[in-house]
Amino acid sequence: MRRYLGIFLTFARACLVRDMTFRANFLLECVTSLGWMSMNLAFYLLVFTFTPEIGRGTGWTREPFFAFVATGLIVNSIVQAFFMPSAEELTEMVRSGGLDSVLVQPLDAQFLLSLHRVEYSSLANGLVGVGLLGWAVSRFTAPPPAIAWLLYPLLVACGVAILYALIIMLAAATILLGRNQSLYDFWFYLTNFSRYPAEIYAGPWGGPIRMICTFVIPILLVVNVPARVIAQPFSAGSWTPIGGAVLAAAVMLVVSRLVFQAALAKYRSASS
Amino acid sequence: MSETAARPFAGLRAWWTMLSICIEERLAYRGDFILGTAMRFLPIVTQVFLWTAVFGATARGDIAGYSRDDIVAYYLLTMVARAFSSMPGLAGGIARSVRDGSIKKYLVQPVDYVGYLLAARIAHKLVYYLVAALPFAAIFFVCRGFFPPLPDATTVAAFVLSLVLSFLLGFFMEATLGMLGFWFLEVSSVIFAYMLVQYLLSGHMFPIDMLTGIPTGIPGVSLADLVRWLPFEYTAYFPAAVWLGKVRGWALVRALAIEAGWVVAMALCCRLAWRRGTRRYSAFGG
Repeated sequence: MRRYLGIFLTFARACLVRDMTFRANFLLECVTSLGWMSMNLAFYLLVFTFTPEIGRGTGWTREPFFAFVATGLIVNSIVQAFFMPSAEELTEMVRSGGLDSVLVQPLDAQFLLSLHRVEYSSLANGLVGVGLLGWAVSRFTAPPPAIAWLLYPLLVACGVAILYALIIMLAAATILLGRNQSLYDFWFYLTNFSRYPAEIYAGPWGGPIRMICTFVIPILLVVNVPARVIAQPFSAGSWTPIGGAVLAAAVMLVVSRLVFQAALAKYRSASS
Repeated sequence: MSETAARPFAGLRAWWTMLSICIEERLAYRGDFILGTAMRFLPIVTQVFLWTAVFGATARGDIAGYSRDDIVAYYLLTMVARAFSSMPGLAGGIARSVRDGSIKKYLVQPVDYVGYLLAARIAHKLVYYLVAALPFAAIFFVCRGFFPPLPDATTVAAFVLSLVLSFLLGFFMEATLGMLGFWFLEVSSVIFAYMLVQYLLSGHMFPIDMLTGIPTGIPGVSLADLVRWLPFEYTAYFPAAVWLGKVRGWALVRALAIEAGWVVAMALCCRLAWRRGTRRYSAFGG
């Protein structure tokens, strides 16, 4: 474990040196990533000029909703910074046979493939997320209880774990399909479902979507559970989704590991 | 004499060859392609639920002239428009071939690079429509209740024309952007910034009419007016607005003429960038 931590820190250091070598590009990446985020925030502000709440009686008025958005920013920025850049490279590695050189290393392939690149510019959004969360919470009529603040980082970690497991499964799909340029698209579209409060998925179509995105692909637990803990009143009933998120994170990590191993066993080298 | 007579046919044959090569290339990785096509519909689903929740929480019957059904129909129609105007990988591909030197093969061959790219893109789109026709038809059938009654033939014709023009506009805008690669080694951030602006100002994110009440600081000019001075709305908002009957009569003719004007302007920009760019280009790579 210590060895892996040491190797990860070496990767992280190398990526930092690389990012700092191309400082202008790094700054530009931060700016564009912040631009994307600001655009979404502007959209939500626009939406709130037409309505006081997202869904009648859901409690997602402006400030709680922005706390929700902030949570999404924090979770996604961690995933984008630490796991997504490596997974994106995998597509080309499978196609060109570059994966072979990873498989012969005396290290765990999943570790190497999912953690060898860190994109520091993605953390910019997370920092803004923290600021936005602080702003939104300071405007709540009732501040969140201490237990909510204690649980929040744990649930954010669970959200990150669920998304990481999904990335690993998509990576496995890449290995099986031979090429998966849609990996990133698929990721974007799938995580799209987690961007809004679960309550909006109601009615004859919404109900099944909510069930699938909670119990089959637990994408709705990623942002919803930590955001609810911080932005909605805490009650005895809050423990069920919290337990669900922790359980889902654990199950997803194990399943993704198994799927990834099975996919690697089927990998046929593309290089000569 | 015979050589000049044969030339147009030779050009056509070259185009046809390029087209068929590109179609085969697109079909080589079918699994990935079909997956990618099907996935494109997912964001619409979340948008529909979001707006349903918004309408559920407010007493208003319409927002900026759109009922909830109109908004659903609008998003579905912008999907059709984006299927024409979006050019995934075009700008990045051009910039990459400039950077890695592979563009020089087009410089030494008697092939017009922009023409080649256009043929490749038409092939790309044809295959895309072939694959996407079924999911598109299915979704529009399921969602038919959200649409107003079918518009008249003139509106449908204007809609088709706006789509064709949006394809050309999208192509030339992105190709021009890719040619920035002649001047800057790394243009991925510029492309990303363009995509952001495009997403926000094309009406892909929300109908531009929603910006009507937002002041800009210029007296009498709303944010919607400012956005309408730019070409982006023609790549998503405009075709959808035509189908929904938001633009009619002379305003429609005028808007189509402006769209055609933008296509010509961007095509000229693209040619100019190519000519200037190739003049300063020095080949890298073996």
